[in-house]
Amino acid sequence: MLALKEVGKTYPNGVHALERFSAEISPGEIIAIIGGSGCGKSTLLRAIAGLDRASTGSVTLDNAVISSPHAKIGIIFQEPRLLPWLSVADNIGFGLADLPADVRRERVAAALARVGLADKAAAWPRELSGGQAQRVAIARALVPQPEVLLLDEPFSALDAFTRRDLQDHLLDLWADTRPTLILVTHDVDEAVVLADRVLVMRPRPGRLFEQITINLARPRDRKSELFDTFKRRVLTALDRSLDRSVRDVTDKSSAGEAMWW
Amino acid sequence: MAMTADLPVLEQTATPRAAPARWSRHARPALGLVVPVVIALGWELVVGLGYSNGRLVPPPSKVFETIVALAKSGELSRHILATLWRVGAGFALGVIAGTIMGAISGYWDFAKRVLDPTVQALRAIPSLAWVPLFVLWLGIFETSKIALIAVGVFFPIYLGVMGAILSVDRKIVEVGRVFRLSGPAMIRRILLPAVLPAYVVALRVGLGLGWMFVVAAELIGASEGLGYLLLDGQQLGKPAQILAAIVIFAILGKLTDWLIEVTAAPLLRWQDAFGARGGQ
Repeated sequence: MLALKEVGKTYPNGVHALERFSAEISPGEIIAIIGGSGCGKSTLLRAIAGLDRASTGSVTLDNAVISSPHAKIGIIFQEPRLLPWLSVADNIGFGLADLPADVRRERVAAALARVGLADKAAAWPRELSGGQAQRVAIARALVPQPEVLLLDEPFSALDAFTRRDLQDHLLDLWADTRPTLILVTHDVDEAVVLADRVLVMRPRPGRLFEQITINLARPRDRKSELFDTFKRRVLTALDRSLDRSVRDVTDKSSAGEAMWW
Repeated sequence: MAMTADLPVLEQTATPRAAPARWSRHARPALGLVVPVVIALGWELVVGLGYSNGRLVPPPSKVFETIVALAKSGELSRHILATLWRVGAGFALGVIAGTIMGAISGYWDFAKRVLDPTVQALRAIPSLAWVPLFVLWLGIFETSKIALIAVGVFFPIYLGVMGAILSVDRKIVEVGRVFRLSGPAMIRRILLPAVLPAYVVALRVGLGLGWMFVVAAELIGASEGLGYLLLDGQQLGKPAQILAAIVIFAILGKLTDWLIEVTAAPLLRWQDAFGARGGQ
């Protein structure tokens, strides 16, 4: 289990980015974190990844405190961040350097086939389209079989069709080993399609505003009425989170489910 | 109807397009020879037709004769080897020192604060100003010459390596952190490949300066080397010999530069650069 206890972050320049964020995330759960700009979404994700240390509070994975990048935690960024001097196959195998070459080759080949890029193994990253490059990034993050996979607006730079395609593909890949997914997004549709639980944050300083459980069976029909209902709930919560006259309800939501409905 | 009419046209243009591509692979290097060859032939013609006596600017045939004569007497190879040895030794020393110092300053902020101001101050000194001191300290023979060349090579390498390390994309370094690379692994797997393109440029600039400084060093006092040929030609009034030395300098400079380029090319195939567009 991934436990976030009162995680806070103040940057050296005095910006108070995140305040007392608490959440407990069970293995295999898919969480979407959504909120207006400057609400500390990425700060939170970087703290979980161990890339930036939290100023207060703690992040623990199965009782181990996370203070630096961890073998069981993978991350996918907004940009693919492929290493331009490595072939697609070598990029995917980047995190497997400790394994014997033949095992590595096998796992890379399997991952390439799984993301539908078997024919691109020898290609350079510059030869890929945006969607293909992000697929490679997903494969690279998944191939060491992390228990927790963090995604920082991974599809926001892609066009709508590619984005939808990759969202479905991500769920497909998730089903293989069922890691915990924590996805930062500003796309309500994406949050409702993917997540078991949507955490709505509010800005200045970033904090948890509301949790919405999406108890919709998968695969989810984007055109169904129920889907729209959940989307409306998330949208309403987002609007309220940006309305300064609405007071914080953090105490309520951290106690369990938000009872707004 | 219009679409079907277009199709054969498309097919037609496809074939003649492939042919020039194949042709240009051989033609492209030759293209670079057009200007020098035209100038040389032009001058040869001017002298041959008697418009100039060619005494101060000898025609290419005369320069070529001089080169052949020098080669036959065995002098040419002696001078070339002396110069090559000086450039090689000075370049190697400059590259080693520049790479190490540049890497330290680029990687370690504290070292940069301590070292870089001094190095930059030294860089501001015209390198030839060192000559009297080097001669006093190291004598007039090989050591002072090699030291001078090494100083010339050092600065572009130092600057290139430091700048390249400082400008490595933070986002790429973060990928290394996510995969928990150790310090040496980070250098080997992320920083080195990332700085390689800039390093190759620095090497080429450094080599160019190496060739520049070998002339300065050999003009100061040498009994052999291409720079000596230059000086000898001036003092004895042999412009053909001066031009011969200049031509050989040009050939050697271009050849060694090409050597670096060709050696590095397979390592840089991944680059998504404007200059790489011809390779596709």
